[in-house]
Formats: sequence, C-alpha cells, structure tokens
Amino acid sequence: MIGFILKRILWAIPVLWIVATITFAMMHLVPGGPFDREKKLPPEIKANIEAKFHLDKPLPVQYALYLKGLLRGDLGPSYKYLGRTVNDVIADTLPVSMQLGFLALLVGLVVGLSAGVASAVWARTALDKTSMFLATAGISIPNFVLGALLIQLFSHQFKLLPPALWEDARHAILPAAALGLAPAAYIARLMRASILEVMDKDYVRTARAKGLGFWAVLWRHVLINAISPVVTILGPLTAALVTGSFVIEFIFSVPGMGQFFITAVTNRDYPLIMGVTLVYAALIVSANLFVDVLYLFIDPRVQME
Amino acid sequence: MTNSPFWKRFRKDRLALLSAFLIAGLLIVALFGEALSPYPFDLQDTQNALAAPGDLHWMGTDELGRDLFSRLIYGTRISMAISLLTAFSALILGTLYGAVSGYVGGRVDNWMMRAVDVIYAIPDLLLIILITVLIGRGVLGVFLALSLAGWITVARLIRGEVLRLKEYDYVEAARAFGASHRRILLKHILPNTLGILIVTLTFRIPSAILAESTLSFIGLGLTPPAASWGTLANEGWKALKFYPHLILFPSLAIFITMLAFNFLGDGLRDALDPGARGRG
Repeated sequence: MIGFILKRILWAIPVLWIVATITFAMMHLVPGGPFDREKKLPPEIKANIEAKFHLDKPLPVQYALYLKGLLRGDLGPSYKYLGRTVNDVIADTLPVSMQLGFLALLVGLVVGLSAGVASAVWARTALDKTSMFLATAGISIPNFVLGALLIQLFSHQFKLLPPALWEDARHAILPAAALGLAPAAYIARLMRASILEVMDKDYVRTARAKGLGFWAVLWRHVLINAISPVVTILGPLTAALVTGSFVIEFIFSVPGMGQFFITAVTNRDYPLIMGVTLVYAALIVSANLFVDVLYLFIDPRVQME
Repeated sequence: MTNSPFWKRFRKDRLALLSAFLIAGLLIVALFGEALSPYPFDLQDTQNALAAPGDLHWMGTDELGRDLFSRLIYGTRISMAISLLTAFSALILGTLYGAVSGYVGGRVDNWMMRAVDVIYAIPDLLLIILITVLIGRGVLGVFLALSLAGWITVARLIRGEVLRLKEYDYVEAARAFGASHRRILLKHILPNTLGILIVTLTFRIPSAILAESTLSFIGLGLTPPAASWGTLANEGWKALKFYPHLILFPSLAIFITMLAFNFLGDGLRDALDPGARGRG
C-alpha cells in the first residue's frame, strides 16, 4: 500500500511539469507582449523592463529559468503588480479561496447527503420527487444566476446580508451558498441512486431477514457501502469548485485567487496566469490523490495497481 | 420505431417529453429568429433607454435602448449554435480518442489515458480561458476552446465502453472471420455505444451552455457585437440593483434551457437502459 501511494505521489510530479510546460508554451505563443500598451513606452524603458523580466533572452533560456524558479518554489514576478511576486499574490489570495471552497464543500456535503438519503429512504414519494426535481434544477442553474438572485433577494430587497467583500462570517454566507448548491445537487442525485442500488443487494435482504430494523440496516450496511461513489467524485468536485469560485469571487468581490486570475487574464499578466494555473493543478492532483488513498480504506475490494 | 420499448418508456416520461418540445421550440427560434423578433437586435431606441418591461418592449430595454426581447432571440441563435456545435465536436473528438485507446489497449491505452489525466488536472473553465487567451475570443475562438476542453469526459466514457464491448463473443467471432480492426470498431463496437453517445450528447449541451455563458458573464467570452445569453446576463449584472429585468430574462433563458436538456438526458438514459433508472 505504501508503494501504491508513493507511486501516485511520484506520478504527480510529471503531471505538474507538463502542465507548467503547456501553460508556458501557450502564454509565450500569444502574439503581443505584456508591455505593449496603447501608450507606447520609450524603447529604452521597454528594453529595461524586458531585461528585468528576462524577456530579452531566447525562449529556451526563459523556459529553463522558469523551471529553475519552480524547483525553488518561486513562481516569478508579477508583470502588473510591480514589486510583488506571484508568490505574494497567491499567498494573499489562496487562503481566502480555500475558506470559500471548504465552506461550499461543507454546504454541498451536508445538504447533498441529507437530501440524497431522505430521497432514497422515501423513494417514489412526493418528497423524493420534489427533492430530485430541485436537484436537477440545482444542476441547471448557473452559479452566476444563483449569485445574482441571492444578492437581489437577501442584500437589495431584505437587506439582511452584505452583497460583497470578505470580512466577517456574514460575508461568507451568500457566496458559500451560491457555490455549494450545484455540488449539493450532484451529491444528492448520486447518493440517492447509490443507496437504492445497495438496498437491492442480497446482504441487505439477509440483514433485514435476520430481523435487524430498517434504520439499523440503513446505518450499518447501506450507507457505509453507498458512500463510495460520492468519495470518487470529490476529485472532479474540487475542480468544479475551483471553476465556480472564479464566478462567485467575481460576483461577490471576494479577494480570492479566482478573481485575481480573471484580472490577470485581462491584464495579460502571464506569470500570474501560469502560477495560478499551477496552483490549481496541484490542488486537483492532490484532491485526486487523496480520493485514491481514501478509497483504499473505504472499499478494500479496490485493487492497487 | 414508435412501438419500440424505448419509445414506450420515453413517452411515459412527461418531463422529458415536455423538454423535447421546448428544445424543438428553441431550435425554431434560433433558426428563424428574425421573423419573430419585433426589432433588429441592435436598434437603439434612445427615447426608451432602460425601459421596464411593457407593451412597447416586452422585456424592456438596455441602457442603449435596445429591445431585450429581440436581443434575447438573437442570443438564442448564438448560444444554441455554440453549444450544439461544441457538443458535437467534443463528442466526435472524444469518441475517436476513447475508441482507439480502449480498442488498442495495452501500453498505447495506458499512455493515451495518462495524457488525458494531465489535461484533467486543469479545471475546464481555466483551460478554456487559457485557450481563448491564445486564439482569441471571437465566436470561433470560444467554440474551439470549448470543444478542446470538452472531449475529455467523452473519451473516458467511450474508452470504458469499448473496453467492455471488445470482450464480447460477437466481436471475437467477427475477428475469427477475419474482419479488419477498422471494420470491427466501426461495424461491431461503435454502433453499440450509440445509446450512450446520444445520452452523452444531450448532457454535453447544457455543460457547453454553462461554460459559454459563464465565460461571457465574467467578461472573458464573446466580444461585441456578438451577444450570447451570457453576454446579456453580464450586461444585466452591471445594472442588477435598479434594473433587475435586464439580468432576469437572459438568466431564465439559460436556466430553462439547461433544465430542459438535463430532463431530456435523464429521460433518454432511463428509456434506453431501464436498469439505470435512478442511477447517477
């Protein structure tokens, strides 16, 4: 098992290296440099700036310098936030994004698991139908629509919660709800289906036949086996939360990494774009790794490659 | 056809049936929008800028006095064109890649899937944004970016199916009769994935609508004058507090369309494979 985990960790290194190479290549293939502004800079100043960021060197040298920096954990300077490195920007914004992401994941798990279990237990009743209709609606509502709706309702109409920024707990409620609803809907659908499938299994029938009560069987035999599909989607879910956080941070003016990424794209701040991409990739690779390891414990039938 | 078990099951699913009609209606609007729209989509009625929904302008007007209903109809064409084309091209790319990977198997499959793993490590919206930075943000750029990011899920799914199907006896028999690999793949294996392909296509479309409208909403999507539902929602977002109708109608269009495609997909999947009812 240690071998399996080690192998997975080692595999993450080439993945991140390739992601770094792809983004580097893409950003350097873009026509026009980051310092081509509408107002022309004097050539001497432009040359100075380019020398400072190594942009005057041939591409392979720039690539080598970039990789060398990465090995030291240095993501390079930001082109737009002068005097700040990409590391500084990420150190400021990543914790905010992580807080938002964890809160949303919590919303997704709590709401999704309870709705899924309730739907499965009372399958084919009005409760199940309503909750599954809402789940499909939850999957179909883009989070910017949901965010705008929540702001209009809770901030503009009822003036209960702040529409923007990230200061105290009250600021976190609307963004976390807007970001967590789609995952909740996915989890609810998956959990319901998974429970219904497990409930059909022979060992569940046996346990019931032995006289064990419904709730005891549900708790001891069904839920523990039904949860594993939900665990497998934690990886893609992390990716979905990342994608969602761009929009949610944009709407609620949350000073997280997603919002800075959008600004970096409009500013053509290439090092910041590359750095943020790498951090996200690392996040998703670790989430997948975590899921693989967790799966070994939850479902021992899974064979280790 | 109309008496096949598939059709019988599908007809019973009222939500899916209703969704199919709704989608057919949307396609008509997308194709013949000019005939239905009361004004040209870019006509500026400056006398009535930012008007609330009323008799003259059913859904009101934006800050330049453009009729929102007409713009929404025009947006239907752009949004539907991009999402349908994207879903198709992602499906074709993904099927080719997944089928080859699964059929050839072994080391080739291993490497092809590892390549997919690498792309999987980049969140799709981020990948789409990176590609549009590189190739531009016109309709073509957004379409290419969405297609290039969308095929991966399809490839994984089809690979799994092909891996399963190629072990079947009838494939073995075809091989024993000397059928070429190409023939086995095209005549014996892929036709059996048709059901899954149709369901996948139906689910790819709302994903494409979501990705495109999200991209346009955060201002990194289509560039004017092209306007999708997402662009309209972005314009409405800026005026949310005082003119909520501007974001309401495009949002409703996106939501209802995605809902219809999701219900249709659920219905098709359940009708094609009754065993899957409730699964996933």
